[in-house]
Amino acid sequence: MKSKNPDGHPKPRRTIELLLLLIALTIGIGAQVLVGLNLEDEIDQRYWLEGGLQVGLALAFHIALRLKAKYADPFILPIVVTLNGLGIAMIHRLDFTSRYDGVADRQLMWTAISMVAAIALLVLLKDHRKLRQLTYISLAVSVLLLFLPIVPGLGQDIQGAQVWITIGGMSFQPGELAKITLGIFFAGFLANNRDLILLAGRKVGPLTFPRLQDLGPLFLAWLIAMGVLIVQNDLGNALMFFGLFVAVIYVATSRISWVAIGVAFVAVGAVLAYQFVWHARNRFDIWLNAFDQEIYDQLYGSHQLVQGLFGLAHGGLTGTGLGSGSPQIVALANSDMIIVAFGEELGFLGLSAMLVLYLILFSRYMRAGLGTRDHFGKLLAVGLAMVLVLQVFVVVGGITRVIPMSGLVSPFLAAGGSALLANWLIVAIVLLISHAARRPIVVGPMLNTTGEGASGTEDPLRGRPTGEQRPVTEAPSAHHPSGGPALKEGEGR
Amino acid sequence: MSELAITVLQFGLLLLLWILILSIIAAQGRDMMVSKRSRTRPPRNNDAPSTAGDGEGTPATVHHSGQMPRPRPKRLVISEGPLVGTEIELGSIPIMLGRAQECTVVLDDDYSSGKHARLFPQGSRWFLEDLGSTNGTWLGDEQLTRATTVEPGDRIRIGKTVLELRT
Repeated sequence: MKSKNPDGHPKPRRTIELLLLLIALTIGIGAQVLVGLNLEDEIDQRYWLEGGLQVGLALAFHIALRLKAKYADPFILPIVVTLNGLGIAMIHRLDFTSRYDGVADRQLMWTAISMVAAIALLVLLKDHRKLRQLTYISLAVSVLLLFLPIVPGLGQDIQGAQVWITIGGMSFQPGELAKITLGIFFAGFLANNRDLILLAGRKVGPLTFPRLQDLGPLFLAWLIAMGVLIVQNDLGNALMFFGLFVAVIYVATSRISWVAIGVAFVAVGAVLAYQFVWHARNRFDIWLNAFDQEIYDQLYGSHQLVQGLFGLAHGGLTGTGLGSGSPQIVALANSDMIIVAFGEELGFLGLSAMLVLYLILFSRYMRAGLGTRDHFGKLLAVGLAMVLVLQVFVVVGGITRVIPMSGLVSPFLAAGGSALLANWLIVAIVLLISHAARRPIVVGPMLNTTGEGASGTEDPLRGRPTGEQRPVTEAPSAHHPSGGPALKEGEGR
Repeated sequence: MSELAITVLQFGLLLLLWILILSIIAAQGRDMMVSKRSRTRPPRNNDAPSTAGDGEGTPATVHHSGQMPRPRPKRLVISEGPLVGTEIELGSIPIMLGRAQECTVVLDDDYSSGKHARLFPQGSRWFLEDLGSTNGTWLGDEQLTRATTVEPGDRIRIGKTVLELRT
C-alpha cells in the first residue's frame, strides 16, 4: 500500500485507523459478551453501557488524533484498544469466580481515566521535544516516585513487594510512572552527552570500552535498580529499569561493549541479590525446582507457577473458550498471571495472537523512533519500546519458566490502574513522536540547530530538484560581509 | 443460546483477532522498510534557520553540483599549521576538533577553542559544524554559520591550522 500521494506528502491514514479500531472494539466487547453468554449471565443494559463507554473513549481518542496529531501512527491505537478490551473481558470473566469481585468495573474506570489522561497529554504537550527540557527534573521525580512506597505511613507491603502507596483508601503503584520519567531522563541525558561517550574510549580487541568517568551514569542507573530491588523487593522493575538504560545507551552509541558491561552488571547484581535478598533467592528456587513437592507446598511456593503451566497446557490449541476454563485456580489470575488465563481460555491461537499484537506494537514504537529526526525523540521512542518489550518478556518469560518470576504485569491486559495509566501515557508520547516523524517537514526557526539529527544538518541538496544549485549570480551575495577570513589574533583564547 | 452457537462465536473471536493482525500487516505495507524517508520539499520562501552575519538568510554554500556518487573521503589531512602532515583515518563516527584533550584531533593551535568544530558523516558526505568557537571555522573563504558539507579538497581552516579531506 502506498503511503504517499503524488505530491510526496505522507497521508495521515486516519481512516485506516478508524476501520481497525472498529475491529478492535468488536473483539474487546465481543469477548465480554461471550463471557456473559457462556456463563449464562443476562446480557442486560450494563453490558451495552460498558461497551458504549469503550466505544466512546476510543472514538474520542481517534478524534483527538485527527485534530491534533494527524500524521500519528495509525496502528498503535487499535492494537492497544484490542489488548485493553480483552483485558477487561478476562477480568470480567474472573469476577464470576468466588475469588474476585468488581475488579472489572474498577479496570474500566481506570481505562477511562487513563485514556482521558492520554488524550489530555496529547493535546497539551503537542510536541515531544518539550520533554527534553525536563531531563533532570525527570530524574528527581523518578527517584521520588521509586522511593515513595518506603515512606512510613504511605507505603504498603503486598505480597512481599513494597511498591504500593495508599492515599485516602486508593492504592497506587508510583513506580509504574517512573518508567516514563526514567525514559525521559535517559533519552535526554544521552541526547546531550552522546558525543562525549562515543568519542572517548580505549580499544580492547574488537570492543571499544568507555572511559571510567563516562561509566558514571550507568553506575547510577545500576544503583537505582539495585536500590529498588533491595528496598522494595521488586525484581521485575529493577530488571526493567536497568534493561531500559542499557538498551538506550546501546542505541545511542551503537557500541556492543555497553551491552557486555550491562550484562556483567546484571550478573553481579543477580549474584548479590541471590546472596542477600531472601525474596530473590526464593524466586530462584521456585524457578529451578518448580515441581519439587516441598517447594510446591510451602507458603509463597511454586503453586502459582505450576498451576499456571497446567492452565496453559489445559488450553491446548484453541482453548476451552471464554468462561469454560478454571483460571481462578492460579493466584493473582487477573493481574500478574492474566496471560495464563488467556492461554487457558483462548488457547495457543489466542495467546499467540496477543503476543503478535505486542510484537507489532513494539515494532510501531521502534518505527516512530526510526522516523523522527531529533535524537531525543529517537532515544525516547526506543526507550519506551524497550519498556514495553521488557515487561512482556519478563511476564511471559516468568510464567513459562524461561526466567525467574517477578512482579511485572502484562501491559494493558492486567488489572491495575497505575500500570494502565502509565502505559496509556506512553502511547500518547509515542503517538506524538510518530506524528513528528511522519508529518511533512516545516523548515522554521524553532528547529534545533546542533546535533546530527538537527534540521540544519540536512543535506542541502537533497531537498532540492536534483543537482540544481542557486544561480551563480546569487553566489556573491551569500558571502560573508566581512569578506574572507580575518583572524582575530587578539582573541586567541 | 445453544452450545454450538457459543462455540462458533468463540472461534469467531479467535478468527477476528488474526484478521486484525493480518489487516494491520497488510496496511503497513512497505512502511517497515527503512530506506527513503518521506521527505518533502522545503517551502519556496527561504526562511531556513539563519544566523546573524549570513547576508540573505540563504543556506550555507553548496560546493558541488550534486552529480553521480562521489568517492567517499577516507582521510583527514592537516596541510598547514603546527601539526602539518598529520593524517587521520575517517571511519563512521564523528570527529571532534579542538584543543581539549578529549577531542579526536587535538589541535596544538593557540587560535583554536577547546571544542572548536565537529566533523560528522551523514550518508556518503561529511559535514562540518562550528561548536561556538571564538575565532570561527572557515570553509574555503567563508565562515561557517551552520553545518555544511565538506568535499575532498575543501580547505577547512581553524585558527592557523588548515585541514583537508582526501579520498
